[in-house]
Amino acid sequence: MNALEDLMAVCDNACCLCLFSGLTESVIAAACSRVGQRVLHLDRRNYYAGNWASFTFNGLLSWIDEYKTQQEVLNPELEQGWRDKIEEGEDVLCLSSVESSISNLEVFSYASRHEAVEDYFTCPSKEPRGSTTEDQDTVCRDDSTPGDDEPQHQEPEYKLTSDTQEPHQSEEYEKEQEPISNQVESPIEMKRKITYAKLVKEGRRFNIDLVSKLLYSRGLLVDLLIKSNVSRYAEFKNVSRIVTCRTSKVEQVPCSRADVFGSKQLTMVEKRMLMKFLTFCLDFEQHPEEFQEFSEKSFWEYLRSKNLTENLQHFVFHSIAMVNQETLTEEGLKATQHFLQCLGRYGNTPFLFPLYGLGEIPQCFCRMCAVFGGIYCLRHSVQCLVVDKESGKCKAVIDTHGQRISCSHFVVEDGYIREEQRTRAVNRHISRAVVITDRSVLPSESDQQISLVTVPPLEPSSPAVRMVELSSSSMTCMPGTYLVHLTCSSSGSAREDLAPVISRLFHVPSCPGEEPEIEKPTALWVMYFNMRDTSSLDSSCYSLPSNVHVCTGPDASLGHDYSIKLAESVFHQLLPDEEFCPPAPNPEDIIYDGNGAQVEGPGFDEAGLAEGVGTEGNSGLQQNNQPAEGMEPAESSGSVAQGTTSELEVPTKE
Amino acid sequence: MHGRVKVKSTAQQEEEKRKEREKKLKVYLTVRDAIFKKRGNGELDDEALQLTQQLLSSNPDFATLWNYRREILLHLETIKEEEETQKLYEAELLFIESCLKMNPKSYGSWHHRGWVSSRLPRPDWTRELSLCDRCLSLDDRNFHCWDYRRLVVKASGVPVDQELQFTDRLIGSNFSNYSSWHYRSTLLPLLHPESGSEPASPCRKHTNTHTSPTASPQTHSHRVCEEQLLKEYELVQNAFFTDPNDQSAWFYYRWLLGRAEREELISCVYASREGERVAVAFSKPVNALAEGLMLVLDGQQQQVEWRSAHPRFRHSPVWLCELPPGSISDINNEHNLTVHWTEKHTHRDCALYTGRLESWCRDSATDQELFRSELSVEKTSVLQSELQSCTQLLELEPQNKWCVLTIILLMRALDPLGHEKETLAHFQTLKEVDPMRSSYYSDLCSKFMIENTILKMEYAEVRVFSLSDKNLSTLCHLDQLLLVTHINLSSNQLVTLPPQFSMLHCLEVLEADDNVIENLEGLYHLPKLEEVSLKNNQISKLSDLEPLASCPKLTRLDLRGNPVTKTANIQAELSQLLPSVTDLLL
Repeated sequence: MNALEDLMAVCDNACCLCLFSGLTESVIAAACSRVGQRVLHLDRRNYYAGNWASFTFNGLLSWIDEYKTQQEVLNPELEQGWRDKIEEGEDVLCLSSVESSISNLEVFSYASRHEAVEDYFTCPSKEPRGSTTEDQDTVCRDDSTPGDDEPQHQEPEYKLTSDTQEPHQSEEYEKEQEPISNQVESPIEMKRKITYAKLVKEGRRFNIDLVSKLLYSRGLLVDLLIKSNVSRYAEFKNVSRIVTCRTSKVEQVPCSRADVFGSKQLTMVEKRMLMKFLTFCLDFEQHPEEFQEFSEKSFWEYLRSKNLTENLQHFVFHSIAMVNQETLTEEGLKATQHFLQCLGRYGNTPFLFPLYGLGEIPQCFCRMCAVFGGIYCLRHSVQCLVVDKESGKCKAVIDTHGQRISCSHFVVEDGYIREEQRTRAVNRHISRAVVITDRSVLPSESDQQISLVTVPPLEPSSPAVRMVELSSSSMTCMPGTYLVHLTCSSSGSAREDLAPVISRLFHVPSCPGEEPEIEKPTALWVMYFNMRDTSSLDSSCYSLPSNVHVCTGPDASLGHDYSIKLAESVFHQLLPDEEFCPPAPNPEDIIYDGNGAQVEGPGFDEAGLAEGVGTEGNSGLQQNNQPAEGMEPAESSGSVAQGTTSELEVPTKE
Repeated sequence: MHGRVKVKSTAQQEEEKRKEREKKLKVYLTVRDAIFKKRGNGELDDEALQLTQQLLSSNPDFATLWNYRREILLHLETIKEEEETQKLYEAELLFIESCLKMNPKSYGSWHHRGWVSSRLPRPDWTRELSLCDRCLSLDDRNFHCWDYRRLVVKASGVPVDQELQFTDRLIGSNFSNYSSWHYRSTLLPLLHPESGSEPASPCRKHTNTHTSPTASPQTHSHRVCEEQLLKEYELVQNAFFTDPNDQSAWFYYRWLLGRAEREELISCVYASREGERVAVAFSKPVNALAEGLMLVLDGQQQQVEWRSAHPRFRHSPVWLCELPPGSISDINNEHNLTVHWTEKHTHRDCALYTGRLESWCRDSATDQELFRSELSVEKTSVLQSELQSCTQLLELEPQNKWCVLTIILLMRALDPLGHEKETLAHFQTLKEVDPMRSSYYSDLCSKFMIENTILKMEYAEVRVFSLSDKNLSTLCHLDQLLLVTHINLSSNQLVTLPPQFSMLHCLEVLEADDNVIENLEGLYHLPKLEEVSLKNNQISKLSDLEPLASCPKLTRLDLRGNPVTKTANIQAELSQLLPSVTDLLL
């Protein structure tokens, strides 16, 4: 515990204490740390990013287990030991220790032939898998030969799934052992056979996000990543196409000029109509006469009044503006405009996706925070706040080890807030589904597409569903599979909301291993869950000390603007006179002396390297068609060197 | 402030940069001087390669250094084994690549790369092609790279169909690319030649011979077979329906719709007993002096002196000569004239019968031959549907000049007379939406109106040409009017009667009232011109009338309403200048 005590010594009197490491909290922590505030960042999880995290397949299975265990056992309050830390004139405000933002979690596996539908609720676990062992397991499994696998399955951790699975698994492995003799078989047939065992074995290739969002290439998050130089910690890929599902036909949405030109599904006249309308949307403010009559009416009605075919109305409404029936005309036009403004900055669609999943983004900000001296502690939480009765402000917190840590500001994720501190109940949820499939919903020349699929409401009452289909080039799933995220605002449970869409777009075997339909990709593994959507809440919804700041979210929208706006506004409440995430200096401009020792030099070096290895086709944020306005893009170590050579003043030859 | 990262100030950074720059400049100059010294001493060694590399990698546009490098490499080539040379040049290619990263549009680097590739004992063209592709994906309009790519394609014999796919790909990612469209226009006639003309032999398409795919375009028809044309029409329509303001697609479309090139031939031979003159008209301007034009009269080759219609022209569609006196003057003799054009192995006969003062032999000029492509029936229906699509586009984009202009061209190709009214209306639109080019549109409209009038005249088989009140701003196709005797150009906006006007060899009466004519240069040696009416024009100086003195038969001249009439003593001056004029109206 020496290390912990040391840590506490450093942490005491932290200016800012953040709890939970979701996107908003991480951005706030990074911003505070960047301007020289002392930041202590705690998370009761053993991983970063909280509800924004990405998991390997095996990691996700542990997360599911954990969720389940938590449903069963309510942590007993650890009240002993800290009462004596409370001084006179102080009040105690307890925090929730139960994770309540996830609900209705259901898992179905269709991957292998003789496997029964698995339901983690009906299948009692004897021992929750400790996540510390998880990594070792996976390593073992990666290295192990098929024969070695057998004993492993007898380990209690695998009891969960092994009962029905085991005989089948060995069968599969036998198959795998005879590939040479089997090579005559058509490769497609071979490719189809992705078993559950294979998913587990290749589990480390998966990075499954709990939240499914994309980065608008001119959205606040991209701006912030560039402005703060945090972009050096991540790599991105362009979403390569927008796809929509219309009367059960899946088709690509032509949204850029090149798309419209190349589109086979639009007639010539439609091409012109669409381009004309989109061109108008780009600067619709200049032509108020075009939409004024509709300012009180919905965008949908407006579109219908325009000279657009049904086809085009569908594309614009569902896939470009991505709005709903209630959206007013001007708002719809703005959404369309934003989409169009984002086009072409990094590629043919307006969106970027971070390699290795969305969970990378909060971690990038955590890293930035750490580089500037922020301290991180996982599996460490706060039990209660110590509130000064007189000022009504939070003075300190008491952590799960009974330590008292004083701080001047306290940033906390909504999930830690107990019901009694709320003035309004939260009843909004996001419905999520994660599907692992064997094929793309719209096969094309390249099997490495990253697609945004918009699915309009199947029935007028059901919600519009947003689907992101990731190929293995996004480093979020194993080759030969696609990772599909479905998201919508909940009207029922995630399964009620999303199962109809899944069964429309995918072949969901009635019994595992059933022969697939030809036209549709097969769902190998499906997970449903609901996540609480607290984005409608603001500070007036909580009765908390004024220096306790609650971070809400993630929200249901596609972009990240909500979370970034929130982070910026909390930051300005904390430090009204400071700049929000100014550019991090280049390594060579930092002066190292005794006092500056907090700065981790290597952090930058590694970052430089990481960017240097960017594979072709990945857009590092700096590979910019048009140089970002007024923002000096962070330079990779390579380009820094280039920059200096180009400055060399060259005399013209005589 | 506590805990804050200390960063160098801007001034500090600036100062550091300045020092750094100074240091570099010093190094640069030292190295440059060292190189020049070595070159002066004729040292062609590895050290010199090293030094030039050092400078060129920061300044790839230093042409002298590239030259020096070539000298060194050529020298090393003579003393090294082939294997070593290969390695040497491969290293050179790598070095150039780094220079191109520095400046992808450096003339020096690209030229040097082409040179190295040609010297390389075993060139790796695939690698070079992929380098070009990478460069073009970064900037699809980098013409240096396009040039180099053509060189690579030529040297490595990339099959034409592959190259066509390459343009497909580039156009697909961004169709605002003249280079790609143009490249297509050179590939298509090779890959899909018009039926009738010889198709490219299959072995040529698919083997890596050293024939360039773009080789000798003269030997091939520029036309493309109809099936492929239809596909191209669709492709290019996709482009201009997507973005009708993008010129590159429209230009390609113009090429697709373009007329077949007219064959060079003798279109008319005219002989007149009076003055014993012969006039020959060609389908294109030619230089008869250089290209062996021969006149045979009744089987006897004649020594004649050919001259173009106006001394200004070395190339002219009309050539004139006078026969030796007495050759054809007797009206009772019949004569047979033949004009041989040895250059093109072609000739035309003309019989001059007894009792006739003049005679001619010519192609009956049909509209198709004269002013538009030779269209098959199928193609006419294709053009019809093209016109329909453009009209559809015009409904959506009534202000689009490219669309209007293309409609005019299509209408002309289909039925110039039938669409005359609509064409005029479209020209009016063009002038309104694109006032900057209204003069261009006026000239183009004049051209079309003249063409229409010529067609009407041909159909009527008359030698009277009337173009009054048509808003003409310019005159053209005058070579077609060789046989015209009466021309009426009144009430237009003509400023000049250009030198080409002298091709109206048979002209007797010219009416050009109510224009703004200042210049009569074209009224030059018109042997039959008798009457000229130039009422209400802008002729202001006596000297402007001088060309008329070369017209021997001029008797009547009407100059009323011209500034020149105000000149003092005009009557006397004119009778001195133009003694033949008996009927002068001032």
